[in-house]
Amino acid sequence: MSFPWAKNYAPQHPLMQWMDEKLPLPRFVYNAVGAGYPVPRNLNYWWNFGVLAGFALVIQIVTGIVLAMHYYASTGGAFNSVEHIMRDVNGGWLLRYAHMNGASFFFIVVYTHIFRGLYFGSYKAPREMIWLLGVVIFLLMMATAFMGYVLPWGQMSFWGAQVITGFFSAIPLVGETLREWLLGGFAPDQAALNRFFSLHYLLPFVILGVVILHIWALHIPGSSNPTGVEVKDEQDTVPFHPYYTAKDGFGLTIFLILFFALVFFAPNLLGHPDNYIEANPLSTPAHIVPEWYFWPFYAILRAFTGNFMGIDAKLWGVLAMFASIALLFFLPWLDRSPVRSATYRPLYRKFFWVLVADVALLGVCGVMPASQPWIILSQIGAIYYFAHFLIILPMISRNERALPMPTSITAAVLGEGAAKTADKAASAA
Amino acid sequence: MDSQAVAAAPSDDEGVRRRDFIHLAAISWAGVGTAAAVVPLVYQMGPSGDVLSLSSAEVDISAIQPGQAIKTQWRKQPVFIRNLTPQEIAAAKAVPLSELRDPQTIDERTKPGKENWLITLGVCTHLGCVPLGAAEGENRGDYGGYFCPCHGSHYDTAARIRKGPAPRNLAVPEYAFTSDTVVTIG
Repeated sequence: MSFPWAKNYAPQHPLMQWMDEKLPLPRFVYNAVGAGYPVPRNLNYWWNFGVLAGFALVIQIVTGIVLAMHYYASTGGAFNSVEHIMRDVNGGWLLRYAHMNGASFFFIVVYTHIFRGLYFGSYKAPREMIWLLGVVIFLLMMATAFMGYVLPWGQMSFWGAQVITGFFSAIPLVGETLREWLLGGFAPDQAALNRFFSLHYLLPFVILGVVILHIWALHIPGSSNPTGVEVKDEQDTVPFHPYYTAKDGFGLTIFLILFFALVFFAPNLLGHPDNYIEANPLSTPAHIVPEWYFWPFYAILRAFTGNFMGIDAKLWGVLAMFASIALLFFLPWLDRSPVRSATYRPLYRKFFWVLVADVALLGVCGVMPASQPWIILSQIGAIYYFAHFLIILPMISRNERALPMPTSITAAVLGEGAAKTADKAASAA
Repeated sequence: MDSQAVAAAPSDDEGVRRRDFIHLAAISWAGVGTAAAVVPLVYQMGPSGDVLSLSSAEVDISAIQPGQAIKTQWRKQPVFIRNLTPQEIAAAKAVPLSELRDPQTIDERTKPGKENWLITLGVCTHLGCVPLGAAEGENRGDYGGYFCPCHGSHYDTAARIRKGPAPRNLAVPEYAFTSDTVVTIG
């Protein structure tokens, strides 16, 4: 599971030795995130974001559990119970703002983590399973975030639930029945709110389970690194603890500074004022938009305005939106280039940044009203998004000439000459 | 046929051992039991009795003047009741059916002799927002009917989809006029 030179767990204290015989949990932790896990020596700060995502999940679970102690899942009481948390519960405002902005920060670090993987080719063999599990986590996060957003039962909550469950009514024949089954009624109401609360409490623990699988799958080949060159011997690695616990700790400090800056000074910056109006099933807000982390997907949904090839616009929009995420499951097999890191892929690197710009454009289109020029821009953006993965990426990986790569991670860090000297020293030792 | 497998079961003449049958039967029955356990778990998610029992609503329409509309509720969903003007009816009749995405005449969407009363769900057939156009002064879209601001669907004076992403006309619920001024929806 790890490299042969990984440090072996050898407890000194008799209690720890006894523990190791009965339940080797400390050994497991030591090998997973301790000195027993050798990690490439050249990881940059982009490699902080996995740990940051894990930390964001912990923030959400901890604040979520205590919020559930004060929240009341009823259409008549939910909105008031959230106001009760904000005004009356001791420190309730802090817990709720932390949970609300914690969701945004979770998505910020996860999107960074995903784009890190795209830039450095982390999804390629032998790490495909880590990527696939990551996409599963992303989907679960989206479901959890959506259901959580419904719970305050404000106008955006209600109409978000109406629109998103409306996706299912696009399915031919069974769609409408399926939607009524999901909602437990003909429109979002008590039944829907209650089950969303139940699932919103459940899914984070499912995410936690998949995160454990994600890390398990990571520890089989070991972490990737910015050069994309595989670890060759011991001089290419350092133990996770203390080297990366320290580096991640620094990143975490920056993360917490930014997080609490938002929580304390601009807690509603990323929210919508409409959600402070109680849900009204008879009146849709003039401009409904999802939370920022769904904007690019929302733009793809709205990009279809007319029937096309015998399939109506609504079904096209829903299919395209789900396909834009499902596509990520096929990424390891769409990009056949043996070179992982964009550092050595001059052509891919350019298109990577075009993709980043395209997703940003879709994000802007998603928040704008459904009128021109935003419709045409979201159509262009959506076409490019699919073209990137289905046409451009396979073509680049066939034709691109990679730049010369370092012979090893150590050579990339210390220069080729120094790496050879270190090699000799290592073999002499 | 694998000769070794036959050799390994010398007491077996028909090819299927008694034990194989017991294994298959036991596992199959466990499968049936598991499938049966899923049924109530799936069934409980559907609309419950109290939700289904909200199946009809009586509405007094005497105060709605021609050109006006009201919003009411049926099964927790908004319903538009609109008193069409003769011009609006004429405009709806002037549209050739071939131009429509979901072809229906205004007669198919209203009751005979009551064709000025257009009663539809106020639920956009795209993703379920409430279209504008029922209340005074709201945007009625390019075709003078309803306009859904969420994703830009335009409906005409017979609440038929004309432009935008919605696939179907606004749904006409079941209803009956119980008197000249009272309509029962559902």
